[in-house]
Amino acid sequence: MKNGTMNDLTRFAIFAGVVLAMPLWLEPLGANYPDLLQKFAIYGIFAIGFNILFGLTGYLSFGHAAFLGIGSYAAVWSFKLFTMNAIPAVIFGVLFAGLLAYVIGFLSLRRTGIYFSILTLAFAQMSYNLAYSVLTPITNGETGLQLSQQDPRIIDSLFVEAGAGLPSTNLFGMKMSGYPGFYFCAVMLIICFFISMRIFRSPFGLMLKGIKSNQNRMNYTGLNTRPYALTAFVISGMYAGLAGSLLAVTDPLAGAERMQWTASGEVVLMTILGGVGTLVGPMIGAGLIKYFENIFSAFNNNVLADIFSFLPDSVSEVVVSVLGLFVGSGWHLTLGLLFMVVVIFLPGGIMEGIDRVISKFRSSRQPVADNKTVSSQNQPGE
Amino acid sequence: MEKLVLHLDNIQKNFGGLSALKDVNLQVEEGTTHAIIGPNGAGKSTLLNVCVGRLKPDMGKVTFDGHELTGRKPHEIAQIGVARVFQTPEIFPELSLLENVMIPAFSKRDGAFRLNGYQQLSAQGELRAEAEHILEDVGLQELMHHIAGSLSRGDKRRLELAMCLILRPRLLLLDEPTAGMSRHDTNRTIDLLKQIKSRGMTKIIIEHDMHVVFSLADRVSVLARGQIIAGGTPEEVREDPKVKEAYLGGAH
Amino acid sequence: MDAIFLQILNGLDKGAAYALIALGLTLVFGTLGIVNFAHGALFMLGAFCAVSLNKLMTLSTKVEDTSVTLFKAYKEQPYLEIWFPDMGHTLIEYSVPLSILLAIPVMILVGIAMERGLIKHFYKRAHADQILVTFGLAIVIQEVIKAYFGANPIPQTAPEILSGSADIGSWLGLGQNVVYPWWRIVYLLFSGVVIFGVFAFLQFTTYGMVVRAGMRDRETVGLLGINIERRFTLVFALATIVAGLAGVMYTPVLPPDYHMGMDFLVLSFVVVVVGGMGSLGGAVLAGFLLGIIQSFASMTEVKAVLPGIDQIVIYLVAVVILLVLPRGLMGRAGVMDD
Repeated sequence: MKNGTMNDLTRFAIFAGVVLAMPLWLEPLGANYPDLLQKFAIYGIFAIGFNILFGLTGYLSFGHAAFLGIGSYAAVWSFKLFTMNAIPAVIFGVLFAGLLAYVIGFLSLRRTGIYFSILTLAFAQMSYNLAYSVLTPITNGETGLQLSQQDPRIIDSLFVEAGAGLPSTNLFGMKMSGYPGFYFCAVMLIICFFISMRIFRSPFGLMLKGIKSNQNRMNYTGLNTRPYALTAFVISGMYAGLAGSLLAVTDPLAGAERMQWTASGEVVLMTILGGVGTLVGPMIGAGLIKYFENIFSAFNNNVLADIFSFLPDSVSEVVVSVLGLFVGSGWHLTLGLLFMVVVIFLPGGIMEGIDRVISKFRSSRQPVADNKTVSSQNQPGE
Repeated sequence: MEKLVLHLDNIQKNFGGLSALKDVNLQVEEGTTHAIIGPNGAGKSTLLNVCVGRLKPDMGKVTFDGHELTGRKPHEIAQIGVARVFQTPEIFPELSLLENVMIPAFSKRDGAFRLNGYQQLSAQGELRAEAEHILEDVGLQELMHHIAGSLSRGDKRRLELAMCLILRPRLLLLDEPTAGMSRHDTNRTIDLLKQIKSRGMTKIIIEHDMHVVFSLADRVSVLARGQIIAGGTPEEVREDPKVKEAYLGGAH
Repeated sequence: MDAIFLQILNGLDKGAAYALIALGLTLVFGTLGIVNFAHGALFMLGAFCAVSLNKLMTLSTKVEDTSVTLFKAYKEQPYLEIWFPDMGHTLIEYSVPLSILLAIPVMILVGIAMERGLIKHFYKRAHADQILVTFGLAIVIQEVIKAYFGANPIPQTAPEILSGSADIGSWLGLGQNVVYPWWRIVYLLFSGVVIFGVFAFLQFTTYGMVVRAGMRDRETVGLLGINIERRFTLVFALATIVAGLAGVMYTPVLPPDYHMGMDFLVLSFVVVVVGGMGSLGGAVLAGFLLGIIQSFASMTEVKAVLPGIDQIVIYLVAVVILLVLPRGLMGRAGVMDD
């Protein structure tokens, strides 16, 4: 529970500082524009929440995209019906996602292992298919749910005359696009991180780790595992709902594809890549994937040809055509390979990689025996 | 005469066509240590499984101190005060020894479920002290921060025992608690179990090692082919010809 | 009555595809203990074997078009038709069934390479890890296919004599409108043969007996000194072939595209779980059952009462079955209990 080098308050302060300063330190990487920064924060929230379920209890949900989707729909409806203010939208998003998570979790948690994964997948696919077909009055089907001039916006209409053109989302008058939008998401992310940290360090978090480790022993110890797991499921569903509503806050539309199972797969990958069961790992995983997605999909063969123009023509052609498979629309190929490489070579994710590097570094300076106690004190939660 | 605290009435359990337990009746006095011995496949572990709710008997009922245990879920039975040490240690291999003992400590304090997500583990000084104390009792306090999965088999058993003891159970079921232990460790465990005896906990112990049985048990029941064929003090049982035939005879 | 019969028929061919994919999935799970999310990609690879063979056979060159007499005209003509004027045309026409001959060796190689190169290292890893690594592999296979064959579906045609529909209604004395495409009948028969073949292999050969024993209790079989590893490779290859052949034969029904594997995978997993993980009979039963249920749910009469039911019925049935029967229709105790 102790890392020795850093207490939780400093850890939290560093995290908050790093997140808020993202526009500064991401500049050299060319990633300091608001759209991408917002995605980092939003998917960071999604992954941190997913990790509370998967990382702590070990239940692998393949249906978390459903909560992301319902969060978006609820937020857009809040914009349409009540007000363009972001706060009610976020509250509705979290609330509805929590409700859906309660229902799905209540049923799915009757089973464990792969049966649980398939149940969550089945529920998410049902939500997706319904959003596409029968629920069109609510979801606007294939087109996706959008704002329109005719929306009532009951609360807003009390205060201001509707202007020409679509209104934009705001936080008590501050427009939620560009940097203000990012900072709004960043503050949410920091709050989410704080809650997640509290959960990791709480007796409740310890119980969840117990469920992952040995559910039998939990039962014979007098602990009722189902409400614990269900609470974790609902919390992580609410995180996903928050992420979904923030997606709508920064760009007020919602489509069914957000609920598709590939979106569920993506959050699993983010969590795994960063490090399952670690505090900051999922955030790092989410950031890396969104960053590379952005970079890689922006490349195309012309850009590549430019980069490799220093090579002789015949060589550069080959290089470009090979690399061309991995960039642009081929980004998914890179993603798939990344998936495999991480699971095969680095099951603990990037955080484990960092740990390994650090312990190697330490062992070169300290006696080996000493290092052994240090590493065994490092809980999976660090 | 102390009061009888555990009653097993006409317990029957069949697996397919095979009957594992046939009409088993057993009463255990409060505060005593009751050993169940018998050859392999006699149904000893099945009997414990019925007690803790892992198996539901086909017929008969188990009552502990007025609570009927049959048909209840394992965590409810545990909350009534029945703890069990398994034949293969059931611990939390990925967690530290301290955490392994803290989990049952919370179960004892907070019950089967409590949403305590905002408290911090670091603020649980009292429970932590208790956990460290129990680990000291079983001689594992120095390994407190190690990962439980890295322990030797004997140490895992002692850890599991500590996890059960911190629950302060009123009935402790032990399934071969010394199997696979060295003579030295076995004696240490016997001493530890004798110590608890003075705390007034009822114990049922399944054991092959006669040394352990005779050092600990107040009473012994002999189970063979799903039936109790003899019972009494260790000395009486030792002299019983039926027992010799069914069990001791084969072993000596 | 006619309508019901027709819906059952319509459900059968989809059900057959589910059953074939699910059969391989559950075989691999039961014997190797591997949850293979790349199995759908294997189905898709099979389909693209058919596409490749067709492309290969129709490799063409420009020849003079003699039917145009006014000026010199050229047309594309496959080499095969130039070399073997009559045979060539027939060969091209039968490219889909002929692809089976190509698919078998290709799928064996793919299966062996996959098992030896990747799956082998995941026998002792958690199911979650297996799911993730095979999921990654599925994406890779899918993207490679997309890079070479493009994103659009590539229709394949059945041989001409099988392209019409059978008037099943009049055979059985039902109405006039019960017609069923010939190719689907072929597909059904083919599935039957493959399913029968797999069961016969497992039931009547000593090899199969060991595999079945391994599904019951892997450790004991290993202790008997039987080289389980080599058999594992073969079982995996067998599952790969079944998936591949299902893919080849399905191409005239559904034009293959790069994501057909994923589409079928999710449903096939539901099928496997509904049938009971590790149960071969359960997989086949659940495959046909869900196919038929889905086909009934797409009837306009049903949709009028329960709008949208066709979209979710499979998942709904899966959820209900799993909640009522913890181990699916025919699952055994002890498989995936924890």
